[in-house]
Amino acid sequence: MSDKANGPVVRFEKVTKRYGALTVLDALDLEIAPNEKVSIIGPSGSGKTTVLRMLMTLERINDGVIHVDGEPLTHMQKGGGLVPADERHLRRVRGKIGMVFQHFNLFPHMSALKNCIEAPVNVLDLPRKEAEARAAELLDMVGLGDKKGHFPSQLSGGQQQRVAIARALAMRPKVMLFDEVTSALDPELVGEVLNVIRRLGTEHNLTMLMVTHQMGFAREFSDRVCFFYGGRICEQGTPDELFGSPRQERTKQFLSAVLEAG
Amino acid sequence: MKFWDWGYTLEILPALLRASIVTIEATILGFVIAATLGLALAILRMSQNRWVSVPTAAFVEFIRSTPILIQIFFIFFVFPEFGIVLPAFAAGVLAIGVHYATYCSEVYRAGLENIPKGQWEASTALNLSPYVTFRDVIIPQAIPPVVPALGNYFVALFKETPLLSAIAVLELMQTAKILGSENFRYIEPITLVGVFFLIMSLAAAWLIRRLESLLDRSLRNPGR
Amino acid sequence: MALRTLAVCAIVCFAAGLSVASFASFREFLPGLLQGALVTIEITIGGCVLAVLVAVPAALAKMYGPRPVRWLAVGYIEIFRGTSALVQLFWLFFVLPHFGILLEPLTVAILALGLNVGAYGAEVVRGAVSAVPRGQWEATVALNMPRTLALRRIILPQALVAMIPPWGNLFIELLKATALVSLITITDLAFKAQQMNQITFKTLQIFTIVLVFYLAISTVITAGMRALENWAARGLARGRQ
Repeated sequence: MSDKANGPVVRFEKVTKRYGALTVLDALDLEIAPNEKVSIIGPSGSGKTTVLRMLMTLERINDGVIHVDGEPLTHMQKGGGLVPADERHLRRVRGKIGMVFQHFNLFPHMSALKNCIEAPVNVLDLPRKEAEARAAELLDMVGLGDKKGHFPSQLSGGQQQRVAIARALAMRPKVMLFDEVTSALDPELVGEVLNVIRRLGTEHNLTMLMVTHQMGFAREFSDRVCFFYGGRICEQGTPDELFGSPRQERTKQFLSAVLEAG
Repeated sequence: MKFWDWGYTLEILPALLRASIVTIEATILGFVIAATLGLALAILRMSQNRWVSVPTAAFVEFIRSTPILIQIFFIFFVFPEFGIVLPAFAAGVLAIGVHYATYCSEVYRAGLENIPKGQWEASTALNLSPYVTFRDVIIPQAIPPVVPALGNYFVALFKETPLLSAIAVLELMQTAKILGSENFRYIEPITLVGVFFLIMSLAAAWLIRRLESLLDRSLRNPGR
Repeated sequence: MALRTLAVCAIVCFAAGLSVASFASFREFLPGLLQGALVTIEITIGGCVLAVLVAVPAALAKMYGPRPVRWLAVGYIEIFRGTSALVQLFWLFFVLPHFGILLEPLTVAILALGLNVGAYGAEVVRGAVSAVPRGQWEATVALNMPRTLALRRIILPQALVAMIPPWGNLFIELLKATALVSLITITDLAFKAQQMNQITFKTLQIFTIVLVFYLAISTVITAGMRALENWAARGLARGRQ
């Protein structure tokens, strides 16, 4: 394969994001290796969700470049320099990334199965039968094989989120983004979603980037944890390093506040 | 044939301006009828007495669902059969006024329904008569929020006045038609009428937005 | 809504009572009125279809189009909302021939009314599309859908349900506006009413029945829209207890 297989699958290079006078992300440098499972934790306003949203091109970056699989995401090479990417380039590179949202965002007028085949059929030009087979397989995997014909309004929060995961996976992304995917769920439904994510991690070759408040899960599941504060990575390391022996004062404060509440 | 005759335009301008006064008169009178009758209809519809509220509701629904033009004809042609002969201007203004009163009554109804039940209950507890309750407690609270909606109906009413040309009231549209047929050129008069309405309704829309923000501020700081 | 049925029943009974009191004369003007009603219905349907066909592109152009297209849409919407339907009708009727565009009066009527209501409809469409939750858009980006696909398959279907009641009101406004076409000599219900009145002078009966006709047609429109709303919402609400 090419060089790309050896380099990081996602690379933030001096990425800055401002909302007016407020700097949410400050010259961020971040590298994610292929198949790495990274959790992002931190107080609200620290920029963690923004990282995901910019990677998914839901927000514009003000400065810096994001690279996916060795290529720039929102820019492209032209005449020896970087120019804003055109639609084709953007869609090609963006297709390698999938995202699961805090509020699921399932399409309410479509059944679970239809939700999962909509994009493969219309974007990947997959034949309908093949898309349906793939969707059925994924819905089985997340434990909703018997609910294929159900509409989102007929499913619980946890079930909807699992459909959302299947829907994202149907596009066969290289990188999966999870934006606080259990925060909107009733406590008793959190477990089923985390189980699915756990299985994804162990059974599939998938790079996973998760913003989460589930500290226990982050500790047990991730390869690396990044603690964000004030738009920068305050500290990062293996779960044991970060949770067991945090070095920065802010990290310690955050962890103790979270553990107190949790 | 010339595309646009400026000389002709200047010629007909005075006549059109005179006619626009008639249009404005019709609008104001019509709106006065609509605003006051509308409030009365809204209050009647809220009555506990079903013999009052149901016919009122039926009346409102009936008027709202049928064309103004027919209602103008009704007042102008049918009323005389019962001895009520109104000149064209009065008949037209009355018809438009009553029609828009039904729209305004819906707006008032929404405003009145927005008043918390507690206000009514407090008035009862203080032994205030229904009349005093409405006058001093309910209406002062119900009216300000609905003023923008009423303003929109004012603009809509204004745009309906050309209908009066159907019974030969010498407002803008009728004057434009007469000028057009006299001089065999319709483009200038009708376009001018269109432009006049456009300018007036844009100005009115702007005014209403200003009114809205003004009211918004004063509602948030009552007494200022 | 029971109130409305009550109102309709009351009016129909009143009209029936009138007719019983003067049965023979009915035959004098009823056929004429029915002819007019047919023309009214024709213009209403034509106008409503045109209004929808114009409103959706106008709204989308205003929301997502490139600048010049957006200005065109805004211009159309502001002009047709800012001037009255009658002025627009007369303008198209009297002025278009000067530009060499000769149309049948019926076509002019449908064009004018359709464009007029379409301008208001564009705002309804815009409101409904804006009301679709942002998360739906974000999901389409996450699934790498191009914007046109997202609009067509995800956003517009959801906006549809919210749009139906306001469109119902607009269709009724169009129905009422059809009466204006009588002023450009189209033989609709309003025109026939005047005509029959000149002939038979049964003024009260004619105009009352005409009003009832309009009420009947608008009730049909309302019922139709409600059925449409139920059909459109079935996917969204299915399973809701």
